[in-house]
Amino acid sequence: MSKKRMMGLFGDFEEAHDAIADIRRNEVPGLTVDAVTMTSPIEHPEVEEVLGDRPVHLQKFTLFGAIFGVVFGFIFLAAAQASFLVQPQGGKPVIALPSNIVLIYEMLIFFAVWLTFFAFIFLSGLLKKRSTLYSEKVSLDQVAIIVEVDENIGESVKGLFQKHKVLEIREEAIR
Amino acid sequence: MTMVTEKDINEQIAWAKINTDVLKSMENPRPAYWITLAVCIAMVACAALAEYIQYTVGMGPANLNNPHMWDMYIAAFVFWIGMSHSGTLLSAILHLIHADWRKPIYRFAEAMTTFSLMTAGLFPIIHLGRVWNMYWVLPYVSDRGIWPNFRSPLVWDAFAISTYLSASMLFLFVGMIPDLAICRDNTTGWRKRLYTILSLGWIGSDQQWRNFRKIYLLMACFLIPLAVSVHSIVSADFAMSIMPGWHITTFPPYFVAGALYSGCAAIITLFVLLRYFFRFEEYMTLPLMEKTAKLTFAIAMVWTYLNLIEFASVWYGHDIYNKELLIAKATGPYAWIFWTMLFCGSVLPFTLAFKNLRRHMPTMFVVSLFLNLGMFFERWMIVAPTLSMSHEPHQWDVMYGSIVEWAIVFGSFGWFGMLFLIFVKVFPSVSMYEVKEMVFHRKQSLGEEDLARMTDHAKPVTQTTGGEGT
Repeated sequence: MSKKRMMGLFGDFEEAHDAIADIRRNEVPGLTVDAVTMTSPIEHPEVEEVLGDRPVHLQKFTLFGAIFGVVFGFIFLAAAQASFLVQPQGGKPVIALPSNIVLIYEMLIFFAVWLTFFAFIFLSGLLKKRSTLYSEKVSLDQVAIIVEVDENIGESVKGLFQKHKVLEIREEAIR
Repeated sequence: MTMVTEKDINEQIAWAKINTDVLKSMENPRPAYWITLAVCIAMVACAALAEYIQYTVGMGPANLNNPHMWDMYIAAFVFWIGMSHSGTLLSAILHLIHADWRKPIYRFAEAMTTFSLMTAGLFPIIHLGRVWNMYWVLPYVSDRGIWPNFRSPLVWDAFAISTYLSASMLFLFVGMIPDLAICRDNTTGWRKRLYTILSLGWIGSDQQWRNFRKIYLLMACFLIPLAVSVHSIVSADFAMSIMPGWHITTFPPYFVAGALYSGCAAIITLFVLLRYFFRFEEYMTLPLMEKTAKLTFAIAMVWTYLNLIEFASVWYGHDIYNKELLIAKATGPYAWIFWTMLFCGSVLPFTLAFKNLRRHMPTMFVVSLFLNLGMFFERWMIVAPTLSMSHEPHQWDVMYGSIVEWAIVFGSFGWFGMLFLIFVKVFPSVSMYEVKEMVFHRKQSLGEEDLARMTDHAKPVTQTTGGEGT
């Protein structure tokens, strides 16, 4: 069966929230909240009550970046200092741990921050081609619900959106 | 009798108006904006000419010689590093403690951090003289087997500042992505193309917002210790030597407090300027200025305390070199700088204790400039007297900087101003989505208060919807 993507634009968050809550209550058979995306001009953490728990894995990349920074920092600095062996050190250790701790601390933060940023781009689905269903009104003051549905339940979804005072409905076929 | 608190922001402001006001500010500033930009460019031209002279003639025109191997350039370097601290650091701290009053003003403060660091980074290069060898500081192995000395705080500086610069720029950029999407959707021509690239395809989906919330929190958590480490390391440039006046245990917190102080003063200066240039009276409101001023006052008192601690420990420490240096600072040829520093840094901030003055923009502008003059003198008093009156009396002299040095330092203010003014013309200097959030949450809490009040009085309940700013 062919599928399509539908977007309903709502004037305020409460209406959009209630529409998603109805989807969660299975008011449209065949449509679950997993197929729902909400786009909004500001962050609405409250939507997680109805959209369900969608975990964020960003912090794992941060941890990995931090650990990488420590390990790489130590190896890099120690390797650099080891190449000093040919130079007189005046009785000081070749690999100087106290000063390396300061530098490793900086490298921990450097790699943690950069890896978090790249993970953010990847996990947020940024740099992807935007769907034609995007509405510029979302960057102003409206909230959109985007759902992926089978063709045959399109009318039920429209009915649900209209029940919650949708301002505009747009559709596109999924190829 | 109920107490009426003045609002940080008018929660009735329409979201469309927020977009319009901020986007309009990027197109249509007051003429004073262009005049200031022209002055900044002229200052940069002066510095470029001075640098040209120094580059072609050598370091002679800069008067850098023994014992003054460090001078105005290093004082300016410390000043600009300090200036960079308040923006990102305060933004991160205020974000973590959920102080939402930061929202209308944090963007330009973070930009200030970035451009201050870019200005500070110029000074070690200029100070080198042989600027073409600046890449020697980078940690790479050369064909002569020479690596930088990793035990030197100067190399720590290079690591810390480059980490801080890149992390601050990321923090600024990440916080701006939703606003860049707004700009993308509301502009045409080259601006639309630029914002389309920079907004990275942001659509404001719930998945994006969730990740956005997390990354912002994580970056804030990393930036706070990073900012503290950067200025501690800058203080180590001095404190790890055995020179009188520099080998002081309290230098790291003293530097961090001084950095926060000068940064806060600069935020006040830029607050007043942007409020005027871009007609941002509705966003950069008087209550926000009051909060910033109170914060500055608190930091000024911390700075004053640390100064007193330093004087006391030197006085009672009975280290003859340190004590003589302190007396020389207060009574010698640098005394006028010393006392001006203390007046501007410790006495003048008491003007911030008066509500009427805190709410008077011209006064705040002038006071903030004097606070930063005091902080520049503080850095001058750290660098110059120690070199002037060190262990060897036969080397004692007085140094006020040459015309070339002054021109370059003067030009650095123009450089900072130019970068900042270009930034606020190209990018939104007020965070539109966060002001909307602020308005939304204020409206919601107002609705809840109304509801509670009505329930208390047993009246019929009509709940306000909050809405999306229409």
